[in-house]
Amino acid sequence: MAGKLAKLLSDLKEQEALAFVDKALGEGVDAMELLGDTKEAMNIVGQRFASEEYFIPDLVFSGEILKGIIKKLEPHLKKGEEEERLGKVIIGTVAGDIHDIGKDLVAFMLDVNGFEVLDLGIDVPVQKFVDTVKETGTKVVGLSGFLTLAFDSMKDTVDAIEAAGLRNDVKIMIGGGQMDEQVRDFTGADAYGKDAMAAVKLAQGWIGG
Amino acid sequence: MEKKWEEMSVDEKQEAQFQKLLTPKDPEGNDLKFQSPEADANYKARINRIKDAVQLKKTPDRVPVTILPSMFPYLNAGMTIEEAMYDYDKCTAAFKKFILEFKPDINIGASGPGPGKFYEVLDYKLYSWPGHGVAPEHSYQCNEGEYMKAEEYDLLITDPSFYFRNFYLPRVFGALEGFTMLPPLTNILEMYGVAFNFIPYALPPVQGAYKALFEAGAEALKWAMAMGGSDVELKSLGFPNILGGFTKAPFDVIGDTLRGTRGIMVDMYRQPDKLLKAMEALVPIMIGMGISASQQTGNPQIFMPLHKGADGFLSDEQFKKFYWPTFKAVMVGLIEGGCIPFPALEGHWESRLKVIKDIPKGKTIWMVDQTDMAKAKETLGKNACLVGNVPSSMLGLATPDDVKTYCKKLIDTASKGGGFIMSNGAFFDKAKPENVKAMVDFTKEYGVYK
Repeated sequence: MAGKLAKLLSDLKEQEALAFVDKALGEGVDAMELLGDTKEAMNIVGQRFASEEYFIPDLVFSGEILKGIIKKLEPHLKKGEEEERLGKVIIGTVAGDIHDIGKDLVAFMLDVNGFEVLDLGIDVPVQKFVDTVKETGTKVVGLSGFLTLAFDSMKDTVDAIEAAGLRNDVKIMIGGGQMDEQVRDFTGADAYGKDAMAAVKLAQGWIGG
Repeated sequence: MEKKWEEMSVDEKQEAQFQKLLTPKDPEGNDLKFQSPEADANYKARINRIKDAVQLKKTPDRVPVTILPSMFPYLNAGMTIEEAMYDYDKCTAAFKKFILEFKPDINIGASGPGPGKFYEVLDYKLYSWPGHGVAPEHSYQCNEGEYMKAEEYDLLITDPSFYFRNFYLPRVFGALEGFTMLPPLTNILEMYGVAFNFIPYALPPVQGAYKALFEAGAEALKWAMAMGGSDVELKSLGFPNILGGFTKAPFDVIGDTLRGTRGIMVDMYRQPDKLLKAMEALVPIMIGMGISASQQTGNPQIFMPLHKGADGFLSDEQFKKFYWPTFKAVMVGLIEGGCIPFPALEGHWESRLKVIKDIPKGKTIWMVDQTDMAKAKETLGKNACLVGNVPSSMLGLATPDDVKTYCKKLIDTASKGGGFIMSNGAFFDKAKPENVKAMVDFTKEYGVYK
């Protein structure tokens, strides 16, 4: 039976996937095993997104189906069974900018690829990034922004991390609307990623996984 | 004898629109008095330059140049965006300074910041703006949400105006909460029973909503007078604005502010037929929105900001099924109404070029952001005028020499045979003035057709 749920979810068959989970749980299948299948499915979704077989609607819908499945599995999962995560990534839309679509997609892709994502939200003050890096000892920070005004906020954030003496401990990536290599150079970040998969690859390169 | 508007062909309508632009009037309806013979000549030369670039029948005298800013004119004048939104005189003064400093061939007017007080009166929730969720020096930004619920498609399809008034407006304007109590206007039929329809107007929440509307209307008018005055003044100095209004592609209408990005994408799977039907219902409404704005302002160019059709947002098949048919129908309707659709390809649209090139020739202007200009010219550019695509990062961070090098390459690539207007590629707030100046001045010098 293993693999069936992975196929239904990765093929975006919502009704069939949910019905399958109900039936499997009724038959006494271990919820952890089903959770493992969803992980496999999301890996397939990620690969299809990377190879341009899937696009943003498919990614969003896979997330919706996953949410529905997890809701069914949750009562059956024992505490402490959470899987090991690869490492922490802090992500947020920089000060003054409240756009979240791109940031949310990056957070989602990092999450399904095994990273623990600390999403600081939108319009994140410079100091909040600094404090969170300090508190968590994370190795990777993702700065998102859509507006040209975000160029300065990104630079301020990188500078503040530097001033706090943390710059050598973290890798910083930027992305969003008008960002490119020129903006990366201006901000002092380590890398610019053009889409959610680029962010995953950067994090994998820095953290492993 | 002159033909009536309804009897004109599409070509004749467009020609008539340009003739109207070439003989501008003042607000009283008399011929506009230019401030100098030079301004008069510049104005006409600029309109003709744009006309040639749009129509693709002959090359203009030189590559036209425009600047399509978001909040740059106001930041560049040293004010906050909050000031530009709340002080209409300061706003128009900054815009005049911007035009006189850079001297673009056409401009889009000073209406970008909009009337801050108006949004306040209506308690607008769809956006955050300076003092209301963002800092004074930052621009207004949309608050994404599901302002239309997944189960409300039938209501929208059956009677869009009723849906907007009773459901959408009360959700995005706090002050219009009372509108949820109003009955449909189509209930008003004959003497018997007619009075029942008017009872809700006696209720305090409804009266409160109307009081807010009167106040908001007065504020909007005050702002519009300032904008109109600015437009006439700049025209008299030789600087035309041909922007007549805006409308949207139906997929973006639903995906931006009704269902939101997540909502519409889930609907593509869970209820595709309803989504398609709703977009079809919006086609005549979006055409009407553009045409009525054009009639009100007297300008033919209708802006269409395009969002969720960009590369990556949809697969080719999804684009062809969900985005393109109703978007194209809106453009064709606008063209038939004598308008010049002005869609903005925000982000990358390379994969869409082979689809969107299928439009009536010489009737549209496309703002190109990060799409490869050479590829755009070979495809879409055969049928349409392209405007763009100097990157925001370059205007903000590079040097004037970098900008000139980029513009030279751009002119060499995109200006062949006409059909190209030099501009930035995406609306921007911050830039180095010397870079913006380099873009304009270099084009005027290097872009002369020989």
